[in-house]
Amino acid sequence: MRSRLKSLILAVPFVVAGLLPARAEVVRIATEGAYAPYNFKDSSGKLVGFEIDLAAELCKRAGLTCEVQEQAWDGIVPSLLANKFDAIMAAMNITDKREAVIAFSRPYVKTPIRFVTTKNGVGAAHTASLPAITMEEVDPTETAEIKSLAKLVSGKTIGVQASTSHEWFVKEYMKDSSIKSYDTMDNMILDLVAGRIDVGYTSTAFLAPIHKKTPGLVEFGPPMTGGLLGKGVAVGTRKESTELREKFSKAIGAMVADGSLSALATKWFGVDISAK
Amino acid sequence: MGGLDHLGFILDTVLHLSVGIPRTLVLAAVSLSIGFVLAVGVAVAVLAPARVPRKLAEGYVYVFRSSPLLVQIFLIYYGSGQFRGALEFLGLWHFFREAWFCAILALALNTGAYTAVLIAGGLRSVPWGQIEAAQAVGMSRYRVFASIAFPQALRHALPAYSNEVVLMIKATALASTITLLEITGLAKQLSAETYRPFEVFAAAGIIYIALNGMVAGGFGLIERALHRR
Repeated sequence: MRSRLKSLILAVPFVVAGLLPARAEVVRIATEGAYAPYNFKDSSGKLVGFEIDLAAELCKRAGLTCEVQEQAWDGIVPSLLANKFDAIMAAMNITDKREAVIAFSRPYVKTPIRFVTTKNGVGAAHTASLPAITMEEVDPTETAEIKSLAKLVSGKTIGVQASTSHEWFVKEYMKDSSIKSYDTMDNMILDLVAGRIDVGYTSTAFLAPIHKKTPGLVEFGPPMTGGLLGKGVAVGTRKESTELREKFSKAIGAMVADGSLSALATKWFGVDISAK
Repeated sequence: MGGLDHLGFILDTVLHLSVGIPRTLVLAAVSLSIGFVLAVGVAVAVLAPARVPRKLAEGYVYVFRSSPLLVQIFLIYYGSGQFRGALEFLGLWHFFREAWFCAILALALNTGAYTAVLIAGGLRSVPWGQIEAAQAVGMSRYRVFASIAFPQALRHALPAYSNEVVLMIKATALASTITLLEITGLAKQLSAETYRPFEVFAAAGIIYIALNGMVAGGFGLIERALHRR
């Protein structure tokens, strides 16, 4: 009797495993869950956002079974490398630093980065002399503009999210400012409003909905893209996951081609920030 | 990656993170000092016959021992940002603006509550007969407390207090959540830069173990010195 019970109990995991779809096929996608409108949690704690919808659509097109899970930003790359996830979709920009350890699909979003301040704060009255700056090949007028911005914020405190391309940028170009690094962008905005930091440096796509929640914030300086700031937001995978990466790239290409990526970006950001 | 490579990187990281040791120690030392003074007052109030101070002290101890320290830190740091106007009016914003101040305030209030319980326990352990005898020879209430009750209470509470000091040194790691770059804050930063969390956090752990080893050793010496007398 006892041995029969034992074998029954031992059989349970196999029966359960048989009922589930084969585990190896589930693609586990990590997201931060604290970076609206890219990825965040609704009032019931469910993950929602542009990247959650995008992940569902990409996986459908690529014929993959996917599961989006939450992972804190500062541990997101190590968890991918430790095989806890198979892909990252967390507003992660393609940068040289990151490409040294992981590999990216083609980008799905390209968002400029800007300074943000309070209504009467540092830089609120600043008028940019350039419409935009691309950091790939910085010409003299662009260098001059970055220098004038650096002068404007010298001796002030700049808030950024820790381990982002934004943080790397201000550490490189705003050496006379003190830099405060936050675990989430939302906490950085809280401290900007509270007056603990003078300016923030962050993505305009993140700021778009913030302006609705927190009126009185002012963006200044030319929107910046490229170079140190990254080549666009893409799906991050382990270097050896070539097949998975290509599937994502192909699906992104298809969504660009039929206009559905533009439509999805417009739905979540109010503007079409999709990468073409 | 060979084992030697891991070890070498861990040793490099220990050196890198040691920049944070003074910050961790200042956080712990300042909050423990403030917390201790606070705790003496609260312990006396807890044992006081007067109802109002006793209830207030009990309420403080209950609140700070029953809520997570992380919640207290967030409440004081991010919560105070919401009341900037009022705090400016009171002239207090200057303090609350600083992450250092908020971290120390939260840590001090927290350890104050735990230490108050230890000291109150120590005071209760003093035999009533001694107090009566001291009063009988005409000592003032303050003298009875300062020369008879309090020294004995301290000796009684010392082993448990050394544990509280160890807990506080570990608790300073939570200050990293409000932008302070002490040992854990530096470790998080380095882990994100190098993508080698195992070595980085192992190094951070080694530093905390070493610091707490010294604390335990120091308290051991004090206890031995007290017993010799």
